[in-house]
Amino acid sequence: MRKLFETMIERLFADLATPAYVLGCEGGEWPAELWSALDESGFTLAGTTEALGGAGASWADIYVMVRAAGRHSVPAPLGEALLANWLLGKAGLEGRGGTLSIAACADLTLADGHVSGIARAVPWGRNVEALVAVATTDAGTPQVVLLQRSAACELTPSLNVAGEPRDDLVFRGARVVAHAHLPDGLGVDVLELGGAMLRSAQTAGALHALLDMTANYARERKQFGKAIGSFQAIQQQLAVLAEQTAAASIAAEAAFCESDDGLAALTIAVAKISTADAASVGASIAHSVHGAIGFTEEYPLHLLSRRLWAWRSEFGSASLWSQRLGAQICQGGSDGYWPLLTHHGKQPLTGLASNRL
Amino acid sequence: MAISQFSYSSIPPEAEALRAEVREFIQAHLADYPPTLRAHSWMGFDAEFSKKLGARGWVGMALPKAYGGAAAGPFARYVIIEELLAAGAPVSAHWIADRQSGPLINRFGTEQQKQRYLPAICRGESYFCIGMSEPNSGSDLASIKSNAVREGDSWLLNGQKVWTTNAHHSQYMIALVRTGEKQAARHEGMSQFIVDLTLPGITIRPIRDLAGGEHFNEVFFDNVRLPAEALIGNEGKGWDQVTAELAFERSGPERFLSCMALLTALIDALGKAPDALQAREVGRLSARLLTLRNMSLSVTAQLAAGEHPAWAASCVKDLGNVFEQELPEVAQLLLDVEPRQAGGGEYARVLAYLTQMAPSFSLRGGTREILRGIIARGLELR
Repeated sequence: MRKLFETMIERLFADLATPAYVLGCEGGEWPAELWSALDESGFTLAGTTEALGGAGASWADIYVMVRAAGRHSVPAPLGEALLANWLLGKAGLEGRGGTLSIAACADLTLADGHVSGIARAVPWGRNVEALVAVATTDAGTPQVVLLQRSAACELTPSLNVAGEPRDDLVFRGARVVAHAHLPDGLGVDVLELGGAMLRSAQTAGALHALLDMTANYARERKQFGKAIGSFQAIQQQLAVLAEQTAAASIAAEAAFCESDDGLAALTIAVAKISTADAASVGASIAHSVHGAIGFTEEYPLHLLSRRLWAWRSEFGSASLWSQRLGAQICQGGSDGYWPLLTHHGKQPLTGLASNRL
Repeated sequence: MAISQFSYSSIPPEAEALRAEVREFIQAHLADYPPTLRAHSWMGFDAEFSKKLGARGWVGMALPKAYGGAAAGPFARYVIIEELLAAGAPVSAHWIADRQSGPLINRFGTEQQKQRYLPAICRGESYFCIGMSEPNSGSDLASIKSNAVREGDSWLLNGQKVWTTNAHHSQYMIALVRTGEKQAARHEGMSQFIVDLTLPGITIRPIRDLAGGEHFNEVFFDNVRLPAEALIGNEGKGWDQVTAELAFERSGPERFLSCMALLTALIDALGKAPDALQAREVGRLSARLLTLRNMSLSVTAQLAAGEHPAWAASCVKDLGNVFEQELPEVAQLLLDVEPRQAGGGEYARVLAYLTQMAPSFSLRGGTREILRGIIARGLELR
């Protein structure tokens, strides 16, 4: 299934998510044509079980789709919709086609089927029809809620470094479309964790594209009578870019492959740290090797580098996740350290996500 | 492109099942082994310990059963060695024989050579070193001058090797030497020999390192007469044989676990309630370590599938060396504890030792610049 998904979605993105199209969508223009193509092919419901209207894809299958979205700078919440539908399915709710996003950073209360509170930095919040969040009841039980975006009474628009909408939405007694208990084994931070996992895959994809673009440029651009890639100073930098790309890829893939019914919290933390660090090093090297042309709007390098700079900070920076991880490690002491590392895939979600600093 | 060689691989359950056994063994034999000795990592020499491991069947375990091995898969060996390295067990005696020389002999050796060398390797009794660098041939390995000349039924070996780790503790060296004239193609005309280090005409002199330790050596060959069966593999194909070993040599967990003793001592020294900066750095180091482990496991899977991941192995080694070299740097910034050669606490002594050892990590087994050059070639830049 994985290979098939990747082939199909790569073709779709190569046709539709051209650099000009991506640039045109920055600032909040909704990619209607691209989204219809994704929606019609059922990509946003891939992770939902067949009984609930999806394709029953595993996280490992979803990885290649989200990585491809990163590689092509896709200006739409594909990963967010996949995560939202996965969570709806886990809660026993039906998956939802159409435009859908998540509110990972939300302070929402649910009473009598109505939600109040704020959802911050909702990807494409201004554009989507619906969003999924985790709200709490008076009794303190977390609930998965599906909300109409139009039910929000306030919208504060905001854009990340890549011009992607990250909007705040305020709800006051808004009727929910559906809600259900957050299933056992998932923490209230499930969307933050899932969001971190999505960004790690997109970052890995963007770094692949960045490495291709930069290595190609170094082979073609001539100075001092030869390709700049033939100079050791350039080769050594590109080698580091390749290493960082490899590290980001494997870290992101591990996070998806080790997630199944739940999300592999520790592996996701590692993925977010490794990809965010790789994003910083990678963008810096790519710009350095490209010289001034890479600093222009015309040349598509910035479509990748600005996304790397945006995504490394979203759903927790490398520092935030490092701090959580380090606090948990120190809590376990040196005796528990190696056993923790060698069984990281089996670390419970609560162990990490509840570890707020 | 080369980068797609890295795909996620997990340790299969049958290999994972060995982990508890190794931990029990380590607990039984090394419970009181101090952090200052654990810090020696895979440079820690203890022949008795190697023999105990051999008796458990954990040396040369990937070799065929007919020669004393266990025909175990590479992941089984991976679990054993990463557990030993994480514990800082003294594995230096058998390390190179287990990692490199045993597999080389098994792959290129004659039946007679396999029967002669492999069982003793598997028992943890037979130790090997690798003769590569020479005084004027370090990174430029193809420029070596030591040579063996065929004389009737034997070979006459002359020349000098340098930086040969463990030559003073080993019974054998697998030496790369010139057996033909330097050709237009500079990688031709070299062969590998199994040199019995007790033969007349061999002088071994340890070279003290900057911390006063003796790990590497100069080795002189003065008209050393080698029997015909000392040649391993094919005459003139030494370079290809050496290159085939490199993926094994460069992708293992010893390329990023050299400072494990410091990392665990640091966690102890920080205690259960670190401040935000300390927690952040411990978390970040641990994330890098886990990502390196996943990269290393990915290369192991490629080796198991019979592929030739020389490019990917170079990525693991370079990134791993950068990581293990940064560890003492980060540690000394996190705690106001001065490193101590003697006196002070255990953490201070581990920090002092590994601060001094760190420069060697990116020299042994291929320098940073050589590795990055290999990576650049994989990117079709050269």
